[in-house]
Amino acid sequence: MSGMHGGANGATPPDPSAEPVVVFEDVSIGFEQKPVLENISFRVHPGEMRVLLGPAGVGKSVLLKLVNGLLRPDSGRIFVFGKEISAMREEDLFELRGSIGTVFQEGALFDSLTVRDNVGYRLMEEHLPDEEITARATEALRFVELEHTLDKFPSELSGGMRRRVAIARAIVTNPRLILYDSPTGGLDPITSTTIIELVMKQRDVSHTSSLVVTHRLQDAFVLAMHRFDRARNGMVPLPEHQTDPNTSFLMLHQGHLVFDGSTKELVHSSDPFIREYIS
Amino acid sequence: MALETIDAAAKRGVLALQDYVVLSARALGDLFRRPFYREDIFMQADIIGVGSLPIVILTGFFLGGVLALQSASTLQQFGAAAFTGQLVSFSMIKEIGPVVTALMVSGRNASGMASELGSMIVTEQIDAMRALGTDPLKKLVMPRIVATVVMLFFLVIISDAVGICGGGFVSVLMLGQDASQYLHLSYQSLEFPDILQGLVKPVFFGFIIATIGCYYGMKTRGGTQGVGRSTTQAVVWSSILIIVCDFMVSRFMIGIFGR
Repeated sequence: MSGMHGGANGATPPDPSAEPVVVFEDVSIGFEQKPVLENISFRVHPGEMRVLLGPAGVGKSVLLKLVNGLLRPDSGRIFVFGKEISAMREEDLFELRGSIGTVFQEGALFDSLTVRDNVGYRLMEEHLPDEEITARATEALRFVELEHTLDKFPSELSGGMRRRVAIARAIVTNPRLILYDSPTGGLDPITSTTIIELVMKQRDVSHTSSLVVTHRLQDAFVLAMHRFDRARNGMVPLPEHQTDPNTSFLMLHQGHLVFDGSTKELVHSSDPFIREYIS
Repeated sequence: MALETIDAAAKRGVLALQDYVVLSARALGDLFRRPFYREDIFMQADIIGVGSLPIVILTGFFLGGVLALQSASTLQQFGAAAFTGQLVSFSMIKEIGPVVTALMVSGRNASGMASELGSMIVTEQIDAMRALGTDPLKKLVMPRIVATVVMLFFLVIISDAVGICGGGFVSVLMLGQDASQYLHLSYQSLEFPDILQGLVKPVFFGFIIATIGCYYGMKTRGGTQGVGRSTTQAVVWSSILIIVCDFMVSRFMIGIFGR
């Protein structure tokens, strides 16, 4: 389904026969009797990055919150790592969420905790030794190139730095799935590129499955048409006519999933809404 | 049309009550489930208990003083000014101490809880906490309930003691009464049901303050304006419920002990 030219960055397309990381089956949810998402079905395979597009207010963040069980669907079934989370108790969900990293729209850092404690929060909850927490938090912060901010408070950081700390917090436990909720929302173009590079780095270096919510088409295409080069420690464009085989798209419109496919299929879609959206 | 409005308001009320009961019950149930956030309980006890100490001491002292002033002038008309100590201790221990201390703590801490948790809600910190695998009810609500109930209990005892001292200060230094007589009558006339009544009330009041503060905090919607609204509602409703609860506990205990 995704990627028309695999192997551009040594990556192989996701194996459709492998157990999907996320499965949505006819999921619907509404608030105050107004439907927000209706009959949504899609899958995320291991190592796959699914970029969720759609206009503001269409329910992209709601969909992301359904994936980690922060919201429960009105109907339909949601499976994460093979477990039906829509039927799980909240207490059981807390354990499962340990394998899911989430980057919230505005970072959602704990403002009363230092960067070290924010990044190491989950490790502190597991009562790991202080030295190990510091070491792992530093390592995660090094990934986002913010290891020097360990003792600062979120209020002392810029918007882009806060977002990078949120990414460090999401990856510190080496999750099997990462959910990015508009990671570049409200940031300037240069900072946005830095964040997208980190998202790409996580995809190409750690091969973690991910769902990326964005309404910035530019970010989506950068993810699809670039790869992370470890040697240069930065992103490089894929050869012409090649796209990342692990990156594919979902698009929401008026509560419905109107697109589920590869970059090529998205670009060549004849759907009037999609054409207008990507033009 | 009017019926529909009443219908909708009634449903909202029942839903709010249901949410409040569920939140309180789950937070209490968390007392017996791991992990147990001992450090958070101590931290909240420090904020709520030690932090409220100055206002409790100040209000307690002056309340005792004003009680002595008012009651002495009335008792004097019947030639019973010597019973000022008894009246002050009775009033402080059974009613004024628990109620006024609870109202003070409510004004300071129910609002603090509602605004702190409300801010965490609107900045998605509570969602982030859940996403990181932590139950916010266990981590944030349960420690506040335990800390408020325990600390209010001791704050009321301090308030009672300081109030009686305040009454004594006024009676002895301003009204010229005998210090020994004041103190003697203060405790001689007290019986077990009076003390029990004064110690049972803060347990209920503490529970009300913490659960109402946390409930309105966790239910905050609508940005900073919503935080302000939650804070106000938390103080208003906890104050109302404290006074209603005071009446019910008093009636119940008088029914049992006859005083």
